Amino acid sequence: MSNGQDTKTFFLDDDEIPFEEGQTIIQAALTAGKYIPHLCYHPEFKPHGSCKLCTVRIDSRTVATEDGQTVKIPGRAAASCTTPAQAGQHVESEVPELLDLRRTLVQMLLVEGNHYCPSCEKSGKCMLQGLAYDLGVMSPHFPQYFSKREVDATHPDILLDFNRCILCELCVRASAEVDKKGVFSLSGRGNTKHLICNSESGELGDTNLAATDKAANVCPVGVILHKRHGFEVPYGQRRFDTAPISDNAVQYAPVKEQV
Amino acid sequence: MRTGNSNGIGADEAGVIEAVLSRHGHDATRLMQILREVQEGLGWLSPPVLTAIAHGLKQPRAQVEGVAGFYHFFHTRQLGQYRVLWSDNITDRMLGNVDLMARMCKKLWLKPGDVSEDALVSIDTTSCTGMGDQGPAMLVNYRPVTRMTPERVDKIVDLIRHKVPLDQWPAEYFQVEDNIRRKDALLSAALAPGDALRALRSPQEMLEAVKASGLRGRGGAGFSTGQKWEFCRNAVGTGDAPAHYVVCNADEGEPGTFKDRVLLSACPDLVFEGMTIAAYVIGARKGLVYLRGEYRYLLEPLNAVLESRRAANLLGKSILGQIGFDFDIEIHLGAGAYVCGEETALLESLEGKRGVPRKRPPFPVTSGYLGQPTAVNNVETLASAALIAVKGAAWYKGIGTAKSSGTKLLSISGDCERPGIYEYPYGVTVAQVLADCGARDTQACQIAGASGLCVAPAEFGRRIAFEDIPTGGSFMIFNNSRDMFEVARNFTHFFVHESCGFCTPCRVGTTLLGNAMDKISEGHGGEYDINDVWRIIRTLKTASHCGLGQTAGNCVADTLQKFRPSYELRLNVHDFEPAFDLDKALSKMREVTGRDDPGAHFHIAHRKSKSGIGTKMGDPT
Repeated sequence: MSNGQDTKTFFLDDDEIPFEEGQTIIQAALTAGKYIPHLCYHPEFKPHGSCKLCTVRIDSRTVATEDGQTVKIPGRAAASCTTPAQAGQHVESEVPELLDLRRTLVQMLLVEGNHYCPSCEKSGKCMLQGLAYDLGVMSPHFPQYFSKREVDATHPDILLDFNRCILCELCVRASAEVDKKGVFSLSGRGNTKHLICNSESGELGDTNLAATDKAANVCPVGVILHKRHGFEVPYGQRRFDTAPISDNAVQYAPVKEQV
Repeated sequence: MRTGNSNGIGADEAGVIEAVLSRHGHDATRLMQILREVQEGLGWLSPPVLTAIAHGLKQPRAQVEGVAGFYHFFHTRQLGQYRVLWSDNITDRMLGNVDLMARMCKKLWLKPGDVSEDALVSIDTTSCTGMGDQGPAMLVNYRPVTRMTPERVDKIVDLIRHKVPLDQWPAEYFQVEDNIRRKDALLSAALAPGDALRALRSPQEMLEAVKASGLRGRGGAGFSTGQKWEFCRNAVGTGDAPAHYVVCNADEGEPGTFKDRVLLSACPDLVFEGMTIAAYVIGARKGLVYLRGEYRYLLEPLNAVLESRRAANLLGKSILGQIGFDFDIEIHLGAGAYVCGEETALLESLEGKRGVPRKRPPFPVTSGYLGQPTAVNNVETLASAALIAVKGAAWYKGIGTAKSSGTKLLSISGDCERPGIYEYPYGVTVAQVLADCGARDTQACQIAGASGLCVAPAEFGRRIAFEDIPTGGSFMIFNNSRDMFEVARNFTHFFVHESCGFCTPCRVGTTLLGNAMDKISEGHGGEYDINDVWRIIRTLKTASHCGLGQTAGNCVADTLQKFRPSYELRLNVHDFEPAFDLDKALSKMREVTGRDDPGAHFHIAHRKSKSGIGTKMGDPT
């Protein structure tokens, strides 16, 4: 990274961020220890930009009008996980407009699924919950869908609770790209979009998923759970009890990824 | 008949599937066509059928199921021998489709969305079917039936009850009119097949002509066609099968538009000729037409036109005797997904995948169909390119305005005497269009469809042109008797049905917006809800992955600004009322128990009337 004067940089809010050719904005930012909120982005997979939590504004301008006032012309909004970094770019992230947008997006996900944190095994290490706390989301705000979703307990080692699915497709990508099994896929569309399993019965038990598969260990929320394990870390010591999600930027730092 | 096949399907079904798979060379990129043809053969796509298709294509089963589950016209549950889908655009509503559908449902003892118990028939609604000038329209087993009336409903109910095959229904039910009301440069060109091809000199010269003509994309975005072709021509194909492709976007899904249907029925040769010219310029040997599923009935006539062009050496090897000029065209059908009109979603669909828009860059001109350089053009753009080849760039540039050369086809529907197709040079005013089609007491025009612009009378002097009001061609007219809130509410539900669901803001935002509009419509809304509506619109616009989501709130934003009184009428709540309606939540239980007495209600008004306290004068006791 530190190859002297050749290093290209862009500005993220007030910080100068170095990047390598081919890195996206979020990849460069996380590597540099700057956190940009995200749910569907994972450093080991090709970014696909669906959750939109990492939305930033690029190259906003301030212009002077004839009567001496200054007007801000907002730059284009883009998902920082899929947008390639470019030298000299000015990227806004921690600004009121975008923080508000991210709160709205988290609230949208909270009402779309059925998220009851107190009874969820992932509580304290759930990315959605961690983000909600970090962004200061005090309530889901919008009317709940109360969507009827099933639980699939047919697999000997893995339990699926679709109530909590945020449709980030990490398990889909992990199973296809890493495990080479294609256990998960998506069906339906719009508000009927849902996760499906690769079997005629539709049940996970009829697929070849193994508990050690990447797909079984990548869920950022509480959908894909390991049976016979639960609530193993006491309250107060869980991942986001000790530090907010935004403190762990480097933990998600990427190797250079193809967009 | 079951013969104990290991796949859980009968020998007959296996035969149908295998025939379709072989016809498509067991090629997974042809999954859309495979699913449609299997469904046409077997009625529906049952779980074992999907397993067999996945097996035959060597694809994960879940992937095949995911594609089948994405498109409205594929069914993974049995929907009856007759599937009736009522077009539910606002213009169909204005022509009374709600009452007509209710009449049909009542006569067939059905509720919308349900299948009759004898598995004979199902009735539901679908997004605009492109028959706005001859509605109310519906699809029966994906064949359009136009100009529905109560009498026609009754007769069709009889035909369905007596299980009369569609081929034996009266032909006039399926008649689709072109309704061309005003012709200009394009529609009056009267070119013979091959005229434009015979005018070609060299790819470079043709490219320069298209650039000089100022032709811009007619789908609505208005990108320079010449530039697009140049980028594509300069891009290099990659991998094992490097190639260039021409794709004709005939997925005309914007509510209220039907001009591509008319072009494909009145002058298909012009469109195919435009594709052939594009191929000549960019160096493509294969072209694909992506025809929306609603226009399935055009497939055979269009294939016949292609066949006659091959016979006349206007397609195929060495076109018009020119060695090395090889090009052929194939038609792919969509299956009910508005989002596939977005060019990258269209390409995904062409490759046999879910119609989810890709991230850009890379753009299709460098990495399109199968990752190869691809020029995706609208039907009307391609037809216009053929015209330019014959008449020249200077002539074409002389039509229209400075930044919008040529003409535009408008699909006019709604409150006017003569709905249909009107071709104008760019620059025509809204007022002129309204006068020509016989619109009176006009309150508003929705231009460019549900995602477009709602124009109030004060703006009727504005012009149809890229400099002012750009449009793909949809032009819906509303007179003073119409309720603009209902117009916007109809559009919000259109987006709920058509969001692909890929990104959070659009997947959830469109539904929240539709729900908020319903809440206001039911009289439970107040200023709080209007604030929420604005917040959702902002989120859609800023964060959505593609144009569908970014523009899904336009109709509400426009009507809130220009037709505020139609909202005010409904804003009864001063403070806040929750969207969750306790009494409504009990409706299912009332249905099950057959009760509707005050004791079966939660609503305050009902409870009061039960005890007699609070009963207003005149209330029934």
